[in-house]
Amino acid sequence: MTGNKDHAALAEVFNKDEDRVDWHDETLWFIRKKRDLAVNKIDNWEELRETASQIKNNVLSNLSNYLQEFEAKASANGVIVHWAADAAEHNQIVLDLLKQQGITQMVKSKSMLTEECHLNEHLEANGIDVIDSDLGERIVQLAKEMPSHIVLPCIHKKKEEIGELFHEHLGTPAGNADPQFLTETARQHLRDVFLTRRAALTGVNFAIAETGEFVVCTNEGNADMGAHLADIHIASMGIEKIIPERKHLSVFLRLLTRSATGQPITTYSSHFSKPRKGKEMHIILVDNGRSIQLGREDFRNSLKCIRCGACMNTCPVYRRSGGHSYHYAISGPIGAILAPNLDMEKYADLPFASTLCGSCSNVCPVKIDIHDQLYKWRQVIVQKGYAPTAKKVSMQAIANVLGSSWKYHVAGKAARTVMQLAPFAVNNKFNPWYKHRDMPEVPEKSFGEWYKINRNK
Amino acid sequence: MKVGLFIPCYVDQFYPGAAIATLQLLEKLGVDVSYPPNQTCCGQPMANSGFEHLTGDCNRLFIKNFSGFDYIVCPSGSCVLHIKHHLHSETNEAEAAAMRGKVYELVEFMTDILKVETLNAEFPHKVGLHQSCHGQRGLYLSQMTELVAPAFSKPRQLLNMVKDLEIMPLDRPDECCGFGGTFCVAEEAVSVKMGQDRVADHLNNGVDYITSPDLSCLMHMEGILHRRGSKVKVIHIAEILNGKRNQD
Repeated sequence: MTGNKDHAALAEVFNKDEDRVDWHDETLWFIRKKRDLAVNKIDNWEELRETASQIKNNVLSNLSNYLQEFEAKASANGVIVHWAADAAEHNQIVLDLLKQQGITQMVKSKSMLTEECHLNEHLEANGIDVIDSDLGERIVQLAKEMPSHIVLPCIHKKKEEIGELFHEHLGTPAGNADPQFLTETARQHLRDVFLTRRAALTGVNFAIAETGEFVVCTNEGNADMGAHLADIHIASMGIEKIIPERKHLSVFLRLLTRSATGQPITTYSSHFSKPRKGKEMHIILVDNGRSIQLGREDFRNSLKCIRCGACMNTCPVYRRSGGHSYHYAISGPIGAILAPNLDMEKYADLPFASTLCGSCSNVCPVKIDIHDQLYKWRQVIVQKGYAPTAKKVSMQAIANVLGSSWKYHVAGKAARTVMQLAPFAVNNKFNPWYKHRDMPEVPEKSFGEWYKINRNK
Repeated sequence: MKVGLFIPCYVDQFYPGAAIATLQLLEKLGVDVSYPPNQTCCGQPMANSGFEHLTGDCNRLFIKNFSGFDYIVCPSGSCVLHIKHHLHSETNEAEAAAMRGKVYELVEFMTDILKVETLNAEFPHKVGLHQSCHGQRGLYLSQMTELVAPAFSKPRQLLNMVKDLEIMPLDRPDECCGFGGTFCVAEEAVSVKMGQDRVADHLNNGVDYITSPDLSCLMHMEGILHRRGSKVKVIHIAEILNGKRNQD
């Protein structure tokens, strides 16, 4: 999908179209501002974040107990619970469930977990037709792309491009990019899908250990349409989605959508607890690297994430590099601390795609120390040997100079002399700084030299 | 009160004017300040690139140069934050820990330790205040827009003491400039775009100068301003607070 390009290279491609970058940046900043307006209406917002963080800490420390409690309660409710160690097991469970019923068509509402597991590809390879019913997801599905944002999957697409896609796939008139018209077209198209699919898969936002129920939050009601009309409802959830008690929802539901889009709450927060008569309800509890992450002391609390996307909207890098530059199902700062857990070599570039400005950690509704984890992942990635050789060599050289007072003073003087006498030595295309920025003007003396003359202590 | 002046490597080499202003400002405020001449770098360039394990020599030098001071003061939030979080010693961790607690960024040293209430300075210009991220979110020099919490700003508190200085409001008061250490070359495209956008916000709001408690951000924005031939200048906050630009 992205070849072998790393974040910097993919970001460079995205930045070739500056108008698009500006539009992408401003659209997401608008959402960040909406979030600010919404959270500032809550006097105890910071207390709410702290409470959510503590609840999630408790969950992570007692995960196995809560999962077993959930399994027991859900099973007692008549839900069939499955456990999947990894993406492959998860995908196989879904496929088997569909095959047992002779189902070849499934409707799916938004689930980042199934993106993480590449479920669609697996099912399609096995003859199952999957339709994503979230409008944004349907658009990226038609475009054969990954979502570029966990809450706003097609935020990288302009309405004209969506018009073209709909013209090609859904037969709308060429050149029509009216959002209302396109949405109505999608609605009619999906209505037929909802009525004819016998299986529906949804994600899970929160699963409650106390009651065995789970909650799915959508704005479009598409999860409900799918699940209520199907014979079999499959809900896929990462094991970290568990919360201890129903009352804790009052904390998380207040935080989730304010952080995500600036709405007080999602239009639909649907509770599912048991199958309707004659129908089936399945829950798949998926690990896929989460237990490993739980064992990484510095990174375990990344599992507190409730997938609101606030860290993406606020990230000055994400807004200007686009979600696809992260070449992982979950983009942005949170993706950059989750992805290396799954494949440190493939995602070695992601923790470096940040200035460590710290905005992400401070919008995070569950107080994940995202930017500190980015720093820590950098150390781990270098220690494990995934840093490029050129970088290792140059870092060793820089450390050698900066670690010695005389070498530093000789090198500093030499660098300033070169820049003064032969500016072309640094002002050239091999210097990435110089491409779009001038080098600093070179002073006659360093401060150290000035001090020796003027203070003479 | 003995204060050690900690001047970051790139300030020493490229921006001696800001270092001189810092020194003179502290002297004017009656501080017994001196500059240990053998200091080099805090080690942040390596550490932020994932090579914290190569910063041992920098740490040893830092501890050697700055032992014996009551406070260590530096005109760069980012370098201070690095020392506060990552200065360690293999032989004397207690000393390293004590030093981590003694290091202050210039602005916070003036507001929190010296408790400066008046300054003899004037700067009759329109100024844009860049909240450098490490100073703001790392050292809490000012409140950040992400939190629901009372507003405050230590740099603004000091700039308000300067006669005839007008602080211009910005559309995005605390967005990163995109410097990010080695990020500025490793992620050249995004870094430049962030810098251009940050500069544009200041220009759109009619500033004559962009100031900040951190020169690394200013160096980045200056590179962009120069390239586009802008007349707007960057100036370290110490140079404004010191009352005049000193180039002697």
